[in-house]
Amino acid sequence: MAVIVVGAGPAGTRAAARLVEAGLRPILLDEGSRQGGQIYRRQPENFTRPPAALYGSEAGKATALHRDFAALRPHIDYRPETLAWGARPGELLTLHGETATALRYDALILATGATDRVMPVPGWTLPGAYTLGAAQIALKAQACAIGRRPVFFGTGPLLYLVAWQYRKAGVEVAAVLDTSPFAARLRALPLLAARPGVLLAGLRYTAALLRAGVRVESGITPLAVEGEGGRVAAFRWRDRRGREQALATDAVGMGYGLRSETQLADLLKCRFAFDPVARQWLPELDAEGRSSVPGVYLAGDGALVRGADAAELAGRLAACALLRDAGHPVDPLETAHLRAGLRGMARFRRGLETAFPWPGAQAAALPDATIICRCEAVTAGDIRHAAAALDAPEVNRAKQLMRPGMGRCQGRVCGLAAAEVLAAARGVPVRAAGRLRGAAPVKPLPVATRMPEETP
Amino acid sequence: MTPEANRADVLIIGGGLMGAATAFFLRRHGLSAILIERDLVGQAATNASFGNIRRQGRFLPQLPLANRSRALWGQLGALLGEDAEFLASGHIRVAFEEAEAAKLEAYAAQARPYGLELEMIRGPAMRERFPFLSPAALMVSHSPQDGHANPRLAAPAFARAARRAGARVVERAPVLGITRDGVDFVVETRGAGSFRAPVVQVSAGAWGRAFARELGEDVPLTARSPQMGVTEPMPYRIPPVMGLASSRPGEGVYLRQVKRGNIVFGGGRRCPADLEGQRALLDPANTLRQLPFLAQLLPPMARLRVIRTWSGVEGYIGDDLPVMGASARLPGLFYAFGFCGHGFQLGPGVGASMADLIATGDAGVPLEPFSIARFAGGFPAAMAEGAHLE
Ligand SMILES: Cc1cc2nc3c(=O)[nH]c(=O)nc-3n(C[C@H](O)[C@H](O)[C@H](O)COP(=O)(O)OP(=O)(O)OC[C@H]3O[C@@H](n4cnc5c(N)ncnc54)[C@H](O)[C@@H]3O)c2cc1C
Ligand SMILES: Cc1cc2nc3c(=O)[nH]c(=O)nc-3n(C[C@H](O)[C@H](O)[C@H](O)COP(=O)(O)OP(=O)(O)OC[C@H]3O[C@@H](n4cnc5c(N)ncnc54)[C@H](O)[C@@H]3O)c2cc1C
Repeated sequence: MAVIVVGAGPAGTRAAARLVEAGLRPILLDEGSRQGGQIYRRQPENFTRPPAALYGSEAGKATALHRDFAALRPHIDYRPETLAWGARPGELLTLHGETATALRYDALILATGATDRVMPVPGWTLPGAYTLGAAQIALKAQACAIGRRPVFFGTGPLLYLVAWQYRKAGVEVAAVLDTSPFAARLRALPLLAARPGVLLAGLRYTAALLRAGVRVESGITPLAVEGEGGRVAAFRWRDRRGREQALATDAVGMGYGLRSETQLADLLKCRFAFDPVARQWLPELDAEGRSSVPGVYLAGDGALVRGADAAELAGRLAACALLRDAGHPVDPLETAHLRAGLRGMARFRRGLETAFPWPGAQAAALPDATIICRCEAVTAGDIRHAAAALDAPEVNRAKQLMRPGMGRCQGRVCGLAAAEVLAAARGVPVRAAGRLRGAAPVKPLPVATRMPEETP
Repeated sequence: MTPEANRADVLIIGGGLMGAATAFFLRRHGLSAILIERDLVGQAATNASFGNIRRQGRFLPQLPLANRSRALWGQLGALLGEDAEFLASGHIRVAFEEAEAAKLEAYAAQARPYGLELEMIRGPAMRERFPFLSPAALMVSHSPQDGHANPRLAAPAFARAARRAGARVVERAPVLGITRDGVDFVVETRGAGSFRAPVVQVSAGAWGRAFARELGEDVPLTARSPQMGVTEPMPYRIPPVMGLASSRPGEGVYLRQVKRGNIVFGGGRRCPADLEGQRALLDPANTLRQLPFLAQLLPPMARLRVIRTWSGVEGYIGDDLPVMGASARLPGLFYAFGFCGHGFQLGPGVGASMADLIATGDAGVPLEPFSIARFAGGFPAAMAEGAHLE
C-alpha cells in the first residue's frame, strides 16, 4: 500500500512512525531540508548551538522527536527538500530542485503545519517589519535578530515567546504590545487550565519580560509602522485607555496566532467548513482526521491549530485511522487514548482563541491606503471598492476584480484580512465573505521544471 | 403569475461575456432585457479566459464578426466607461519550421480580402522588431491590431453598464427550464422565481447544449477545460501576444505579458470538464507539459516561476464553430453559445450582432455558418464526443 505523508514536523513524523509500526514504508516528504517542522526546526548543519539554547523548555521534546526520527529514517522513504505542489486524484505532484515527480498513493496524510496569521497595519510592508514566525526563524535558524531594539506586537502565545527568546538572546526588546485585552485572558483561564504546564510556561515568559524591564501592554490598537529612509523607524499605537503612543524602533515583529496551511486539501477537493472559533474556513474532519475525501487524512496544525503536542497525537491518530480504513488491526484503546488526549488540547485551543482573539474588527478601521495584499499592492480601499462599487459579494470575486490574493502567495498572507475588510464593507459576517480558492502550484514552480518520467 | 418586474422584451439566459454584452447592446436598441445568471456574471469560461484578442488564424467566414468585435474592443472605454485593460499590442504567431511558416503565409493571403492585414516577418527584421524571440524562430505572422484584455473585468463591466442603461441583472439564479406559453417563453429559476418574455437568448456557454436539446435542437457540444497559468512578474518588455505555430497536439502554447509584468500562458492539451458539478478539471501534469514549449517560444521565461494555474469550462462544438443566431424551430428563440475556445475576442461583437438580429432581424455581419440549423439533420456520435479535439 502506497502511503505518503506530507510534512515532517511533529504531526507528520508521528504519523509516519505509526505507519512503520504497522509494517508500512511510507514516503515522508517535506519542502524543508531537515526534519523537525516549524517548532523543532533544526539549525543548519554547520551550526552547533545545544538543544536547550535552541528549543528552551521544549528541548526535551525536540531531542526526543529528532532521536525518534533518526531511528525511523531507515524504515521510510524520506524525501527532504521536496515540495508537494499539486495533486490529482491518487497522485501527488512533487518538486525537488527542478525535477517534478508524480507520486501515486493509496492514502495520504497531510501534516502541512501552519503559518503566521497577519492583520495588516499601515506600514507593515516596510523593510524591517517581520512576522513573529520570521523573527523566530531568524533567531533559531540563522542566529540573527531582526533589529537592535525591536517592537513585538499582535497577539497570541508566540508574541510573548518570541519576545522572550529575543530577550534571552541578549536583544533589547523595546515593547511587547498585545491587541487582546487582559480581561480576555482571565476569561480564558478555565479553558487554558486544561494544560497547566503550557499555561505556566506562558506566564513565565511574560513575567520574565516584565522583570527584564520590557514594556508590556494589553488591549492596544496598532495604528502604524512608520518608516524613514524606506525602513522601519517607529511604531504607533493606541493604548487601552485610548491614548496615542509611539516608540522609535528599527524593527517590528507582528503576528496574531497561526493559520493552517490547507491548499493541498483544497486541491484534493476536500470539503471545507467555517470554524467560528478561528474565524477561518478549515477542512471538515472527523475526530480522527479523516477528510471528506476517502484516503485523505489531515493532522497537526495544518488541520487545526492546537500546537506541537496535539500535532504529535493527531499525527498518530490519523495514521491509526488510515490503517484501520485499510484493514489493518488497530487497538481501539490506542485511538481512544489519543482522542482523549486531543480533547484537552481542543479545550486549550478554545482558551487560546478566547485569550488572544484574532482582531478581525480592526480590518474595518484600517485606512483606505493600507496595503492588504502585498504581492499585488492591493489596498483596503481597493477591496472596499470591489465590495461596494463593483458589487463583489465574496473574496474570489473581489480577487477577480481588484486582485487581492492574486500574487505569488495566493492569499496565504492576506486572505483572512481581505475577507474581514470585504465582510466589514458589505456589513456581513466574515463567513459570508467566503474563502479564496486554492490553485496549483502550492508554491511557485520554476518554468525550467521537467518531469523526466511519470513514476509508476 | 409572473410579476411585472420579471417581464421584459428579451430574457437572456447565462451571464457570460456573450449574455452580458447582448444585454448591453439590446438597451441601445431600446429593448428591455433581463439577464439571468446562475452564479455571478462572468464567472465561468469568460473569467478563465486567457484574454487573447486574436483574429489571425480564425475560420475565415468568422472574420467579419471578429473585425466588428475588434472595433468594439477599441471603443470599450467610450461605451462602458472602462476598457477592461484592452491593449492593441499586436499578436504574433511564431513558426519554427518552414512547413508552419508556409501555412501562416497561406492564411495571410486568404485573410486579406476580409480586411485582416498580416505581416510575415523573418530574419534580421524579425529579430530587430521582436528581440525577445528565440534564436530558433524562423518567421512570425504579425497581426498589429490584435492584442489582449483582462477577461476577469470584461463581462462584469458589460453587465454594470447594461444595468446603468436600464437592464436587469439577476445573479445567483440558476435557470431550471424554458417553456413556451402562447407567444411568451417562461423561464423558471431556482431562487428568483419565473420570468416571461416573447424572446429568449440562450447564452449559457458550455451548458447551452442542455437547453437546446430540451428545445428540440441538439448540437454536438463537448465541454473541456483548457489550462492556463501565470508566472511571477518580470520587467514589461513583451507587448505582443505570442503563439507557437505548431500542428502537433500539445505544442500550441501561447502567452502574453501584462503591464504588471506577469506572463499569462495557455495552450496544449485540454482536460475534461465536469458540467454537472460546474467545475473545470485541471491536471497539474499538463502544466509541466506546457513548460518546455513556453521556454521554446520565449527563452527568458525559463528563469521565471509559475505562481498559479487555472481553467474554466468551455463548450466545443464538433465543427469548431459556435452556435449563433435564430432557432430553426421556435420563433423568438435565439442562441449564442459554444464558442470553442475563441469566444473572448468575439464577445462584444457577438453582443452587438445578436442585439441587432433580435431588434432588427439583421445581425449586420453574416452569421449563417453558425446557424443551429446545420445540425438539424443530426450528427455523428463521435462529433459530440469531442473526437476533433484530441
Ligand atoms: C513560525 C512559527 C513559529 C512557531 N513557534 C513555536 C514555538 O516556539 N513554540 C511552540 O510551542 N509552537 C510554535 N509554533 C507552533 C508549532 O510549530 C506547531 O504547533 C507545530 O510545529 C505543529 O506541528 P505540525 O507537524 O502540525 O506542523 P509543522 O511543524 O509546521 O510541520 C509542517 C511541515 O510541513 C512542511 N510542508 C508544508 N507544506 C508542504 C508542502 N506543500 N510540501 C512539502 N512540505 C510541506 C513544512 O515544511 C513543515 O516542515 C510555531 C509555529 C510557527 C508557524
Ligand atoms: C481557460 C480558457 C481560456 C480561453 N482563452 C480564450 C482566449 O484567449 N481568447 C478567446 O477569444 N477565447 C478564449 N476562451 C474562450 C472564451 O473564454 C469563451 O468562448 C467565452 O468566454 C464564452 O463566453 P460565454 O458567455 O459563451 O460563456 P460563459 O462565460 O461560460 O458564460 C455562460 C454563463 O451561463 C451561465 N449559465 C449556465 N447555465 C445556466 C443556467 N442554467 N442558468 C443560469 N445561468 C447559466 C454560466 O454560469 C455562465 O456564467 C477561453 C476559454 C477558457 C475556458
